[in-house]
Amino acid sequence: MTTQTIPVRKFDAVIVGAGGSGLRAAIQLSEAGLKTAVLSKVFPTRSHTVAAQGGVSASLGNSEEDHWHWHMYDTVKGSDWLGDQDAIEYMCRMAPEVVVELEHFGMPFDRTDEGKIYQRPFGGHMSNFGEKPVRRACAAADRTGHAMLHALYQRNVRANTQFFVEWMALDLIRDQTGQVLGVIALEMETGDVVAFHAKATVFACGGAGRIFYSSTNAFINTGDGLGMAARAGIALEDMEFWQFHPTGVAGAGVLITEGVRGEGGILRNSTNERFMERYAPNAKDLASRDVVSRAMVTEINEGRGCGPNKDFVLLDITHLDPATIMKRLPGIREISIQFAGIDPIKAPIPVVPTCHYQMGGVPTNYKGQVVGDDHSPVPGFYAAGEVACASVHGANRLGTNSLLDLLVFGKSSGDTVIADIRAGKIGLQPLPDDFADRTLARLNRLDHQTGGSDVSETRLELQRTMQKHCGVFRFKDMLVEGVAKILDIEKAVAVTQIKDKSKVWNTARVEALELDNLIEVAKATMVSAEARKESRGAHVRDDAPDTPANPNGRDDVNWHKHTLWHRDGNRLSYKPVIMKPLSVETIALKTRSY
Amino acid sequence: MATSTMQFKIYRYDPDKDNAPYMQDISVEVNFDVDRKLLDILTRLKAKDDSLSYRRSCREGICGSDAMNINGKNGLACLTEIKDLKQPVVLRPLPGLPVIRDLIVDMTQFFKQYHSIKPYLINDGPRPDRERLQSPEDREELNGLYECILCACCSTSCPSFWWNPDKFVGPAGLLNAYRFIADTRDQATNERLDDLEDPYRLFRCHTIMNCVDVCPKGLNPTRAIGKIKEMMVRRAI
Repeated sequence: MTTQTIPVRKFDAVIVGAGGSGLRAAIQLSEAGLKTAVLSKVFPTRSHTVAAQGGVSASLGNSEEDHWHWHMYDTVKGSDWLGDQDAIEYMCRMAPEVVVELEHFGMPFDRTDEGKIYQRPFGGHMSNFGEKPVRRACAAADRTGHAMLHALYQRNVRANTQFFVEWMALDLIRDQTGQVLGVIALEMETGDVVAFHAKATVFACGGAGRIFYSSTNAFINTGDGLGMAARAGIALEDMEFWQFHPTGVAGAGVLITEGVRGEGGILRNSTNERFMERYAPNAKDLASRDVVSRAMVTEINEGRGCGPNKDFVLLDITHLDPATIMKRLPGIREISIQFAGIDPIKAPIPVVPTCHYQMGGVPTNYKGQVVGDDHSPVPGFYAAGEVACASVHGANRLGTNSLLDLLVFGKSSGDTVIADIRAGKIGLQPLPDDFADRTLARLNRLDHQTGGSDVSETRLELQRTMQKHCGVFRFKDMLVEGVAKILDIEKAVAVTQIKDKSKVWNTARVEALELDNLIEVAKATMVSAEARKESRGAHVRDDAPDTPANPNGRDDVNWHKHTLWHRDGNRLSYKPVIMKPLSVETIALKTRSY
Repeated sequence: MATSTMQFKIYRYDPDKDNAPYMQDISVEVNFDVDRKLLDILTRLKAKDDSLSYRRSCREGICGSDAMNINGKNGLACLTEIKDLKQPVVLRPLPGLPVIRDLIVDMTQFFKQYHSIKPYLINDGPRPDRERLQSPEDREELNGLYECILCACCSTSCPSFWWNPDKFVGPAGLLNAYRFIADTRDQATNERLDDLEDPYRLFRCHTIMNCVDVCPKGLNPTRAIGKIKEMMVRRAI
């Protein structure tokens, strides 16, 4: 096959990814009557949104007084002031509207006695600008992501959205002016390669949590959107910031929601102490995730871990009423029995911080447009959800803001596509003569590689390197060494070899192509982390300690800025944080404590 | 380290090179300290033989990708404890659907039936500014229904679905149909019952209850089907 013989299909819009943000964008586009294709590596309800548990935040105030402005303050503070305040204001203001809309789509939220959406406390959710915990997380038991993903898929069934299920997007198509013209994709069942030529391309293909060895993420979270964007010359923003969720099941990595602590769960060390009281006297177990994860690792490093190897702490809910556990946390009980072999009604759950979420991504604005280094939109290109960096999460995401991000920016990116097409700002520009050459060369190389490297061994090496050199606590020397190691692994990735050459459902080929994306994310992460010589949010390093001049090791003078990693030349540039919200006063820089 | 060798018999078929499917005998070193679930073993096998094909994603029983027939019974590989398995462990694709390759089946017919029940909330009333109210008791009616992960373990263990996959909605589709019938916010109960009042769509269920036996989420499609039938009877008198 050559670029000249590749089949081309034309659409108004192509959405890559059918998780929360892709499905939310698709609802806008399908209901507006645009010819839309939604591509997904898996059947939509198998997307990783399905695994979200605890809730989606919105200041509905169903159980006590709440306000979007307080939500905004918590999000800015949670981001350690690295989030862009225009996008954060937009998200928090839109939250009640998009959550109510989701309820109207059929989402089976739990209910209060008055029949309203049930809300529970969550880490970093406070009332009155950081004063005391507030119930803001809207929940469907501890299966909120599952309930939401199915509700969004169902709404798309009603809207007659056209899905391309089990298709993997391989590369972006851009022309000489930089306009994005669609994607080239692989149909997994047949091995066919097809170009999706579109006026608008929306990336909604999730994160890359699989760059780490120990991750709550699904196998499919391989940063495909980031790899495609990087190869097409789009810089990646703030990739040094990765969230380690405090409570992954020790050994298995499976997520235990923060909602467990929202319902009253307590973290304990080997002396049975509620150690979070020492680290966050006010919010305690409900401090921000980066704070709790660091406290846990400190306890373990100082010898107060539990178990024969003293390498985990305990999440205790044995004091809760079993009826509450059965009603509010039934999925957690199932997971604990399945993956920890214990019933949390009777015994505490062994947990460790586990890689969970990518705060960085493809740079966007709050309208869902992908932007270049100078904040100006890349024509024809949009992104939402974990693949995107709006940036609403900055250096650390608040729990439940991820599901909110999917709804708000899925919707806004869809609306922007509609507006841009109707205003004639984007049209079906001709494909360049060589638009698929690089992709076909990549596929060809893989099919004919001999004497190359093994995909699963190389991936494991990448994951172990990221885990060891770029974890919860980071060390200068380890980061420098990590960069060299990842660049070495890149050489192995360039010569991966597969034995399976079949056209039909070739998962070996898919995994090799995924590794091409993982390596881009690993490089971006390690290089960005090595360069940022301060501690902020989830990025904490030994040579940037807590001092009176730089509380928590944060250095606003030199580092209050977004990182941009460019694949070409493996180089970095920086851009300012947007401190001006849309309608309210700036939330000024301040020391972060819980 | 608690290691031992386990014997597997795995259904293999690659239409690109095989004339017919065959069962492959494989033995594998298992380390019980780290390998707990069947999916862990499949991952090990795939690292050695990259042509072994199966679907998987979340590895925690919520996405529904890795449904297969394990020692004669449908289940999810990621939730199947290996210690409990009788050897040789026989792995086959889900029964009753066309096989594409190895353990991967064509699920088109399964999703067609799911889509046929209009799996979305129907309420054409004016949209309130706030959420539609629903009492906690009414919301509880959805428990045991909305948790379906569409893995197809139930429908592909149902003899009625094997015989009439094009006409019988099957346990997964019917469970989801009842999920909307039972939702106090949904206004299409009558149309939904009309649609199912058919010798095939609903009434091919002969309460064999294989579906209940295999559901990895512990759901009970037979009970949901019973409730639909009950509502039909009630509305007839």
